[in-house]
Amino acid sequence: MTILIALALLAAFSVSVYMLGRRRAVVLAEGRSASLHSLPGYHGTWVALWAGVPAALIVILFAVFGARLEDAALRAQVPAAVAQLSAERQEVFWSDASSVARGQTPSEISYQGAIGEALAAKAAEARRLSAIGLVSVLALSGVLALCGVLLTYPRLSKDFRARNRVEGWTGILLIACSTLAVLTTVGILGSLIWESLRFFQSVSPADFLFGTSWDPQIAMRSDQVAAKGAFGAVPLFVGTFLIMLIAMTVAAPVGLFSAIYLSEYAGPATRATIKPLLEILAGVPTVVYGFFAALTVGPSFRAFFNWIGAMLVEGPMDPLGQYLMTVQNQMALTAGVVMGIMLIPFVSSLSDDIINAVPQTLRDGSYAMGATKSETVKRVILPAALPGVAGALMLAISRAIGETMIVTMAAGLQAKLTANPLDTVTTVTVQIVTLLTGDQEFDSPKTLAAFGLGLTLFTVTLALNIVALGLVRKYREHYD
Amino acid sequence: MTDAADLRLKKRHAAETRFRMYGRVAIIVALSFLVLLLGRIGMQGYSTFTTNTVSLPVYLDPSRIDRADLEGSNYDYVVALSLLKRMGETEDEFGTASADAMNLVSRDLGFQILDRIKADPTLIGKTITVTGPVKADADLYYKGELKRSTDQADRKLNDRQLAWLDRLKKSGAVTSGFNVGFFTHADSTEPEQAGILGAIIGSAMMLLVTALIAVPMGVLAAVWLEEFAPKNRWTDVIEVNINNLAAVPSIVYGLLGLAVFINWFGAPRGAPITGGMVLALMALPTVIIATRSALKAVPPSIREAALGVGASRTQTVFHHVLPQAMPGVMTGTILSLAHALGETAPLLMIGMIAFNPGLPEGFTSSASVLPVQVFIWENASERAFHERTAAAIIVLLVFMIAMNAAAVILRRRFERRW
Repeated sequence: MTILIALALLAAFSVSVYMLGRRRAVVLAEGRSASLHSLPGYHGTWVALWAGVPAALIVILFAVFGARLEDAALRAQVPAAVAQLSAERQEVFWSDASSVARGQTPSEISYQGAIGEALAAKAAEARRLSAIGLVSVLALSGVLALCGVLLTYPRLSKDFRARNRVEGWTGILLIACSTLAVLTTVGILGSLIWESLRFFQSVSPADFLFGTSWDPQIAMRSDQVAAKGAFGAVPLFVGTFLIMLIAMTVAAPVGLFSAIYLSEYAGPATRATIKPLLEILAGVPTVVYGFFAALTVGPSFRAFFNWIGAMLVEGPMDPLGQYLMTVQNQMALTAGVVMGIMLIPFVSSLSDDIINAVPQTLRDGSYAMGATKSETVKRVILPAALPGVAGALMLAISRAIGETMIVTMAAGLQAKLTANPLDTVTTVTVQIVTLLTGDQEFDSPKTLAAFGLGLTLFTVTLALNIVALGLVRKYREHYD
Repeated sequence: MTDAADLRLKKRHAAETRFRMYGRVAIIVALSFLVLLLGRIGMQGYSTFTTNTVSLPVYLDPSRIDRADLEGSNYDYVVALSLLKRMGETEDEFGTASADAMNLVSRDLGFQILDRIKADPTLIGKTITVTGPVKADADLYYKGELKRSTDQADRKLNDRQLAWLDRLKKSGAVTSGFNVGFFTHADSTEPEQAGILGAIIGSAMMLLVTALIAVPMGVLAAVWLEEFAPKNRWTDVIEVNINNLAAVPSIVYGLLGLAVFINWFGAPRGAPITGGMVLALMALPTVIIATRSALKAVPPSIREAALGVGASRTQTVFHHVLPQAMPGVMTGTILSLAHALGETAPLLMIGMIAFNPGLPEGFTSSASVLPVQVFIWENASERAFHERTAAAIIVLLVFMIAMNAAAVILRRRFERRW
């Protein structure tokens, strides 16, 4: 709250400094504005920037990192009574100390004797530290703001190149915004790799990548008796691959043929109505597809296969019939088919663009030789567009692998090593969701395993994307 | 012409017709999926928009309400007794009659009585009229989803309860109308009281954070890359990087949010501000790509004219090029925000899955958002929640369609062909 007030004060200060600088420039111009190098507004802006930005940065940095600094300072000195406690209990002690200092309710542990005194002392110290931190940062930002004005304001003159200075600031801002995109990648890579390394300290990478048993149940407390947990991710990879295969079997032909029809056969009117309709299909949130899969497609598939099973039972195909009778709602086929539906517009719009990029001269040449439209498509356009189409399909595969909600709601949780589309399988993304939703401590291999899976997922999709985007780009340049 | 050539031509034409039919079939398949998806959700969800409310005179029996401990009294029982009286029944010795009655009306009525007594204790001993929803199962019966023909053991309401419901309807105590509560309540464990207002507000707050971060940053980054950046290896890396970021699975952004924002910076779990930041990172590449293509579409003559009359490069871009590109920028931005509105997976990672019975209190406190609400309700076992899920999806789709329509209108209205 104090931070927000400080920032608001700084903003108000900057605005008044802006007015001041502007007026100064107007005075300097002596009525002939052309005699100034820069417009008065630029003079004002430059002074205001120096007054506001460094001070605001300090305040914001304090808001983000201040609590950590105070915490580190608080823990620098460990009272003797606390040092005897176990590591977890020390953690609780420190968080209780800060809770007491902030007037929040601490945990239910009662502190008595030396520890109680230590807690009170540390709470007082925490209060003092946070007061010192806040006051010093506010004072520092105030000094910075004043210095900014005092150092810049006297430099304003007729010939002062205020505009160029302000544009320098703008340039810095633009570059900072562009680096954010790079920072995102660094953040993704850094966090995934860091947490995965911690995971691979307890589970060897070979076991993870090539193990065939996935059972991440692990004791939550040290006194609990439970299996050690198995982290072999092969069943997840197989499940992901199976569902991706089913999805592509649906999406690739339907998407490709609709793209060919739309770009080669359909008139402008048909195109204008069908394309937006397909775009609606593309805009539907994945959680909606998941709902559709779980409550409509799953039960109907189950009913269908149970019905076939009932017909086969006691006939020559009895074992198959018996099996089909036991098919559940959650199966690879449900998730795969619905994911395929989701990918149709993706495949079709990408392929449509790519087919349209094939130069008209190729078509005209083919027609001139007497080829029919379908022959032109099959023998000329598709071979010419092949790299681009391959790229589009690879992008679709990468989407299918990374898709989460449909599989979470429709595929199931059991990690089975199977290629049977009627069986329930689980995927990498489903396991990430299951491992990380719910309250558990963050250090157990169980939660860290999610980051191992995330790193695998990221690497595979990134490789697919780089190759696919490269293919599409090269293909476009080829015909430009 | 020889017969062989004739035959070949026939074959080729047949192949042509077949090929064209494949294309038609593909389009029809895709469109029928669309109709099936939307139709099915509409069918499941539309009944939620009406509901049955019951209006009951309740005798506030002084012997059943403890004046010293108003909160501790069982008002559901008081309501049930009044209902029984109205039905001309009496409580039996095992209390099954009142239990049956309690299962017909929402607990909301009991809470209303408590609130009114707290405000005015003199009401005890009088008869007051309270109005509220019937229980979800009773609502399903009125809507014909729970059928009398089902065997009594297989349905949630017994024959006696159904008879009471019929009589209540006939006597006019139960009326059917628009389900206002669905739009004015937050989530609840009781299906008949669960609404989506909390999720709508949560979604709006989160989207605001996303827009405030992703739009200015994305636009400025695109301006730099398109108008100022030198062409060298670094800018190539940034370019490839942005294109790839746009194709990273959304769940990876959730992992990033969990590891960096929550565990590192200590951002609050499940709060709109954290969710908004994660979605902003996710939307950033698409905003950048859309802005760049909008900037590319502005003809160089505009830039040259501005530079020619003495504007600096910065002035050229910010005074002339960017304003001309604004319609394209807005369209791309709205589309990527609409996409962010429907995103679920990364929000599950940052703990937005908590049950929130109240409206969101602020940007840093726990809140639900529409798509996650859909996911939570879909997991609930009661049938009434499934209807509500479909209804929540309809509301979500309406918002998304509105945003997409806004983008299309912007494009139609302001797009300039150079």
